[in-house]
Order: sequence, then C-alpha cells, then structure tokens
Amino acid sequence: MRFLPTDEQSDFARTLRSLLGSAEVPAAVRAWADGDAGPARAVWSRLAGTGLFALAVPEDYEGAGLLPLELSLGFVELGRAGVPGPVVESAAVSVLLTELADEALAKRFLPGLAQGGAPATLTLPGGSPYALDADAAHCFTVSAAGELRLAAGHGARLGSTDPARRLSLPPAGGGELLAAGPAVIRAAGVAGRWARLLTAAQCLGVGEALLARTVEYVKQRTQFGTPIGSFQAVKHRLADTLLDLEFARPLVWAAALSPGPGEVAAAKLAAGEASYRAAMTALQLHGAVGYTEELDLSLWLRKARPLRDAWGSPSACRAEVLRSLTPARR
Amino acid sequence: MELAHTADVEAFRAEARTWLRAHVPARPLPSLETAEGFAAHREWEALLHADRWSVVSWPEEYGGRGVDIVKWLVFEEEYWAAGAPGRVAQNGISLLAPTLFDHASAQQRARVLPSMASGEAIWAQAWSEPESGSDLASLTSRAVRTAGGWLLTGQKTWSSRAAFADRAFGIFRTDPDAPKPHQGLTYLMFDLRAPGVTVRPIGRLDGKPAFAELFLDQVFVPDEDVIGEPGQGWRIAMSTTGNERGLTLRSPGRFLAAADRLVGLWRAQGDPSDTALRDRVADAVVGARAYELYTWANASRFAAGAAIGAESSLNKVFWSQYDIALHETALDLLGPDAELAEGEWAEPWVFSLAGPIYAGTNEIQRDIIAERLLGLPKGRR
Repeated sequence: MRFLPTDEQSDFARTLRSLLGSAEVPAAVRAWADGDAGPARAVWSRLAGTGLFALAVPEDYEGAGLLPLELSLGFVELGRAGVPGPVVESAAVSVLLTELADEALAKRFLPGLAQGGAPATLTLPGGSPYALDADAAHCFTVSAAGELRLAAGHGARLGSTDPARRLSLPPAGGGELLAAGPAVIRAAGVAGRWARLLTAAQCLGVGEALLARTVEYVKQRTQFGTPIGSFQAVKHRLADTLLDLEFARPLVWAAALSPGPGEVAAAKLAAGEASYRAAMTALQLHGAVGYTEELDLSLWLRKARPLRDAWGSPSACRAEVLRSLTPARR
Repeated sequence: MELAHTADVEAFRAEARTWLRAHVPARPLPSLETAEGFAAHREWEALLHADRWSVVSWPEEYGGRGVDIVKWLVFEEEYWAAGAPGRVAQNGISLLAPTLFDHASAQQRARVLPSMASGEAIWAQAWSEPESGSDLASLTSRAVRTAGGWLLTGQKTWSSRAAFADRAFGIFRTDPDAPKPHQGLTYLMFDLRAPGVTVRPIGRLDGKPAFAELFLDQVFVPDEDVIGEPGQGWRIAMSTTGNERGLTLRSPGRFLAAADRLVGLWRAQGDPSDTALRDRVADAVVGARAYELYTWANASRFAAGAAIGAESSLNKVFWSQYDIALHETALDLLGPDAELAEGEWAEPWVFSLAGPIYAGTNEIQRDIIAERLLGLPKGRR
C-alpha cells in the first residue's frame, strides 16, 4: 500500500505544469472563445509532445496503454491551466473505440487521437445532448439504441455560460454509421465513466487554480489599511476551500486506480462541488474586479459550474454512489 | 500508487476480525459517560489487553504488538466495523501516550504505559481552564517548586471523563515571570485522588457527567511525574495536539462504520421520494471514503518519514463537521424517534456536537490552515 503518486507520476504532472505555465493558455482560451482555434491547437500540440493523449490509447495503436491514473494527474494540470477544447471527450472517444475492439475503427481513429492531431467529441445516452466543440473536432454520437455514428458536420452553435465551451446539437440521425449493438452501449458506458473521471480531475485543477489566484490576491489587496487576507472571515473561506480540495483529491486518485461506477461518481461529486465552491469564494474575495471578464480569473470562474455538471451532475453522482453500494461494505 | 495491502497486512486483518467476532459484546455496553458504563468499558479494555489488542501500535514490552500505522488503521477499521465499544482509555492512549513515547524517560514509560494499556488506570486530559480554552497559553494554574516535586494550585475544566478517571495530565505555569505566555509552562501528570484535588462532575448537554472541573489546592506531584524539562511544557503539549486533531483520535474506521449504519437506516426507513435526504446519505458515504483515503495518503507520507504538521488542522475540521452532518442525517431519517434519548443515535449526535469545539475550536483550526498552509498574514482574530 502506497497511496501517493510515484516520483515518475509526480514528475509527469510537474512537466505538464511547467509546459502549460509557459504556453500562454489564457490567450488561447480567449481566442478559442472568439472562434480562433489556432492558439489552442498549438497548446494541444505541445501537450501531445508529452505523450498525454497517448495515455488513453492502447499500445497497439501508437498509444501508451490505457493509464487512468497518469491521465488523471495530467487532467488536473489541464484544469489548473484552463486548457480549452474537447480534451475530456477526445480521451473518452479513445476509450470507447478501444473498448469496442473493432480493428478497422481502431486503426482509423486511434493513432490520430494518440498523437493529439485529431481531436474528437462525443455525446452519449444519459449525458448532455450538446456536443462540446463539435466545430473543431470529429463528432461521435451514440444513440439510445446503440448506434455509434460519426456526425456529418455540426448543428448550429449554442452559447454556453462559459464562452470557451462551444456547444451544438449533433445533426439528428445523420452521419456515418460506425457500429451498432449492445457492444456499443457497453463501450459507451465505460467511456462515459472515463469522461466523468477526467472531468473530476479537471475540476480539481480548476479549483486549485482558483484558490491559488485568490490567495495571491488577498495577500496584496488592502482595505482598511491592511491586506484583506489578514481578516478572519476571508481566511476561513479560503481554509474551507483548501479543505474541500484536499479531501476531493484522494477520491480522484482512488477512482483512477479502480474506475468503478461508485468510486468515479464519488470523485466527480467531491471534485465538482469543491471546484464550484472555490469559484464562489474566489469571486466573493476578489470583489467587483472578479466580476469582470477582463480579469483572467473569469476563465476559471466560468468553467467551474459547467464542469461540475458535465458528465454527471452532483445529483446523478450521488444516486450512483448509493446504487453502487453492496448491502455489506466488506 | 497502490491501495491494495500486502498479504501480511490482510492476515493481520483476518486475525483481528476473528478475535473481535468472538469477543465484542453482543449487546451494547451502557454509556461510558455514566459510572456503570465507565466500569463496563474498563472491563472491556482489560479484555482487549489480555490478548494484546488494546494498543496494537505500541511496542510489545508495554502490551502492544508493535505494528505500523497501516496495520493500526486496518485494526481500527475492523474494530469499528465489528461494532466494538467506544474506548474509555482513549485520552491516555491517543494523547498522553504519544507524548510519553516522544518526551518521557524510559522509567516513566515503564511505570505509566502498562497500566494504561490494561485499562487499570484511565487518564483524563486537564488542559482547559475557565479563562483558557483555545487560547491555551493564557492558562494560570500554577505548579510551585517544593522538596522533591511540585505543588499544583488552580482550576481545570471541561476535562473529558475526569468524573470517573484515575489520573490526569496537563500543563501548568511554573515561571509566571517568563517573557511570553508560551514559556514557563511545565507538563506533568497527577493523581485525581491525591489530597487537595476536588473533582466536580459537569453534565454535558444530555446531562451525562461526561466531563468535570478540577479544583487543585496544593496538590503534590513528585519530580518523577514531570514529562520532559520544566519550562518546556508548551512545546511538548503541541506535539500532543497534532495527534489529537490528526488521525489517531479519529481513525477513519469509526466513520466508515457509522456511514454503513446510516445507509442501513436509510434503507430501512428512508422515504425513496425524499431525494434531499438521499443526497445527504450519499454525502455521508462519500465523506467517509474521502476521510479514509485522505488518511491512507497521510499514512503513506508518514511511512515515508513525514511528520504530522498543520495538515492535522484540515483533518480536524473535516471530521468534526462530517460527524455532525452524518448524525443530523440519521436524526432526520428517524423522524419523531430522533428525540428519544435512549435511541442508538442520540448520544453519538450529542457527542458529535462537541467536535468543532474541542481539540482547538474550528475557528482556530481555520486560522492555522490559512496562515500555515496558505501563507496568509496573521491578523485580526
């Protein structure tokens, strides 16, 4: 039993953090929101260079194997940096195609996904009807009847409360039929669980970024002649934010180690709520300046709520936690 | 990263489980906050000790099994899952013993620990004073030098289980002229039945005499009962508070077992259409799991040589809030039966209410988290 990342795993996360720290991600997010995908693609391409996307693809298809733990540690960093785009969905599509074990489909899509050059997005039964960033990615859809399709184009763009999330409804029933049947439903279930896990990891990173930025802010912002970070009311909100994040983190690790439905739902619930509460605290403690989109803080503030609800709302996750309990714990 | 245990740990778990199955009383003991219950729990301590289960992490020479933190946590999981009684010896085992292992002489350890392990001597913590709660360093009870020892004078209060305990440990002012309140304090042990000690039980919110105040009038303490050097009491005491707030006082096993019982109650009595209550049950399950995993991560850090630091404050705020939320959910599930004083959840609920108050209030813990873990400036309290 050693419930801590290995040195190698920590080094990988540190490498990503430092790479993203110098990648001017906030500018890429703003460009992405304005419809210019170029800067974000440049960020993905640097990420691909670290092997991140290959962690959701088996070795037979130019991947590094399905490694949920390493991938989760990586997605914490994506959240911390605020990386835009269908990163979770691309990984979920990799998992779906891997689980389907259809040689032709795997050969066609997995190498591109492993290399990060061909992002993908995905809608599944029980998930959001809106495809994320379908205008910049291959859009896969799974119907309730178990039909996996590659959508032909994308529907009209719908505004998200986070301008950096570009939503659309996939064209109904259209597109190339790739596979159908119970195997698709089963694979979609696994892919949806990975999407939930990686969103949880991303939430954790978003929450950490919000906390770190707010801590820095309250140290330098003075009112009544003293840094507001010396006021107990301010300190206590930030202490609670750290508490939420620190107790969500091991749930994310455990879910990555054994991605069963209950573990993943618990991780998503805790990380999603921690991140959203961190956003509310960040907003309150920044005051009016935090309520503007000019401040980069807004990039994380606006992300926290959609990520909390994506791939399993808190309510859905709570229900899953209880469903997954066996009558006797052990 | 790895959560699976070694075969050796699992064998230990199986041994503990087998013993507990054979020995845990079939019916709950009376409340340990009553004279009758205290005596019954003391007998349970003796039974545990007879097969060396009372202090598994201690060295064998003092009655333990010398197991590491992983096995201790596994034992705790099994202990609470088996529905075993609360530990009346807890204050001694969790708070004084770690201090003795770190700061006492070999003679003191040999003299004090075996009777603590057997439940023969039950210890109370005598720290708080009427004017010194969270601001513990402001305490005014004195210890004055005399031939061969010290004379204690003053008043201690809110001392858990002191109404029935045998001995107590606390810190006393030995140098009133020290430049700072944290200096000039001395850590010592004394007998609650010594001449000059008056114990006045204080009823808790539910009326049970769960704690007491102690009036001390020239109580003699021999030099051999001073822990560490005179004047070093604060430093020594602070090494104890880390344990109190940290995992040794509230092992995850207790909460895992409580969450299991809550799920059982929800299945038996929950209204399926009440999703708000269902959500709180789910939160209790997730909270227990989070605390368990957080503790395993800490155990991994300790095994790698890290010490308990300000992180223990995170621990303390978490479990104290969690404990209340879990019990409130149980009461809500019970409906009108929640009010019954002899119900299964009533006493644990009352006990949980003290969590955010003792071991340093949660307000103070949040200050520690903000200042030491987040680096925020000291300031207005």
